[in-house]
Amino acid sequence: MQRKLRTRAAARSGQPKSVKPSFRLPLEKIVLPAIAFLVVLLVWWVVAEFFTTLMPTPWQAFVDNLDYIFNPFFRRGPGNLGIGWLLLASLRRVLIGFLLGTLVAIPVGFWIGLSPRAMTAINPIVQLFRPVSPVAWLPIALSIFNLANPSAIFVIFITSLWPTVINTALGVASVPKDYLDVAQVLEMPRWRQMTKIIWPASLPYIFTGLRLSLGIAWLVIVAVEMLTGGIGIGFFIWDEWNRLSLSSVFLAVVVIGLTGLLLDYAITLIERWATHRPAKAM
Amino acid sequence: MVKSSQYSQPSEHRQAEFETDFLVVQDLVKAYPSAGGDPTVVLDNINLTVGANEFIAIIGHSGCGKSTLLKIVSGLEQATSGGVFLEGSPIKKPGADRMMVFQQYSLLPWLTVRENVRLAVNEVCDHLSPRDRTDLVEEHLAMVNLTAAAEKYPDELSGGMKQRVGIARALAIRPKMLLMDEPFGALDALTRGHLQRQVLDIWERNPQAVMMITHDVDEAIYMADRIVMMTNGPNAHIGEILEVPFDHPRDRTALRESKEYYELRNHALGFLDNYFEQMS
Repeated sequence: MQRKLRTRAAARSGQPKSVKPSFRLPLEKIVLPAIAFLVVLLVWWVVAEFFTTLMPTPWQAFVDNLDYIFNPFFRRGPGNLGIGWLLLASLRRVLIGFLLGTLVAIPVGFWIGLSPRAMTAINPIVQLFRPVSPVAWLPIALSIFNLANPSAIFVIFITSLWPTVINTALGVASVPKDYLDVAQVLEMPRWRQMTKIIWPASLPYIFTGLRLSLGIAWLVIVAVEMLTGGIGIGFFIWDEWNRLSLSSVFLAVVVIGLTGLLLDYAITLIERWATHRPAKAM
Repeated sequence: MVKSSQYSQPSEHRQAEFETDFLVVQDLVKAYPSAGGDPTVVLDNINLTVGANEFIAIIGHSGCGKSTLLKIVSGLEQATSGGVFLEGSPIKKPGADRMMVFQQYSLLPWLTVRENVRLAVNEVCDHLSPRDRTDLVEEHLAMVNLTAAAEKYPDELSGGMKQRVGIARALAIRPKMLLMDEPFGALDALTRGHLQRQVLDIWERNPQAVMMITHDVDEAIYMADRIVMMTNGPNAHIGEILEVPFDHPRDRTALRESKEYYELRNHALGFLDNYFEQMS
């Protein structure tokens, strides 16, 4: 009896220990990243304080940006807009270019995934242009369109092509043979095999391509807008640098980062809805 | 072989069983071209007939070409020479009259259980009204006890449940013949036994031609009417065909108590061991 009691007591005293790790985990997930962010802020502060006179300290940058943060949608005359408007202008360019790129990239990727001859024909073009920085297309676009806005959209269009083309082709070419065997045994006509088997089976790959495309497009738009000027978050950064207002640049960096995060998250939501499977971690 | 009195229950299907040569495999050879010049012969001169309501198990060591034989019957692969005839007409391409149950289930992961079965029904039974198709799907989901899981996706199912979907999908399109490629091979022992019983139940109620690939002697004896034992590849051929003398419905426990069961089992295992030694 006594031994039983003792073991029970031991079990009870042991219990909190075994519960702790699962209890600690969510806290860890907040505390550890917070520490990392603090380290970054510390480095920023040290650099701003001791190495340069142009850079604001984190706190000063925050205070300087309070107006932008609390009034993201002000209009104080031409070219003096809240950061929300600038963000929307950039987002609009990216989304139009990305959608146009997707409309071309998915069918082309599908085609070269299905047909080895199309792959032989088109693959060299893809391989040649894929490593080219999309910004290099800007002068060509400007020569065609003569306008900043369509040129920026064109550059995003080109940017969005390659990852989606490559991943779609890969997805289509690597549909498990088992699925195609099922289709064949069921005597599915070729067209329905494409819509009912090959398309849904390659969707996860296509979404991987879309996520890469959109991520790069969002990177590229900042550079493009710096060059083209006009309204947009990229030009805002360049403009503020010319006024030596570094605080606004830091704000833009944070806003661009958060927006990129949200764009990626939005695609994973669409992917989950479209494929009924969780998105792969990238 | 002697029929055990324990299994003397008459069953209707056995009379009609060997009347027609429902499926005929004739002088079948399968060879692959190889780098050295001489083609590698996988299957060498296979001759086999299967009755309209007969359950055939094909057993042999890995790499003996038994899966290739099943693929040729399904039409997914072509014979190099010789041929396969279903009700007299040659098999040239895959068809829904010879539906497959795959070892790795081959369910479409973006469709629910119900949608997986429905896809097959929609493809094959296009003469039926949507309502009749729905009935057909539900009937076969119920047959394998999956009505409660009908809205789940394959990812959410255990191996046994996945294979039940595979079986429901195969049976729902009412094939003339069922081809099973190691259907229980990927399952744990308990699930395997349970699912063997379930498939046998369904088959005993509605007998039809079945060709099942297996490497499990007990499974073959428990389920099949005849066991085709293949020699090792390359140049694999049919080594021996065993008649399983037990009547359906079969009871596994009673089978295990009979002397014939062990004689049959030892004979089959002896055959396989013999070839295994030759191989090593």
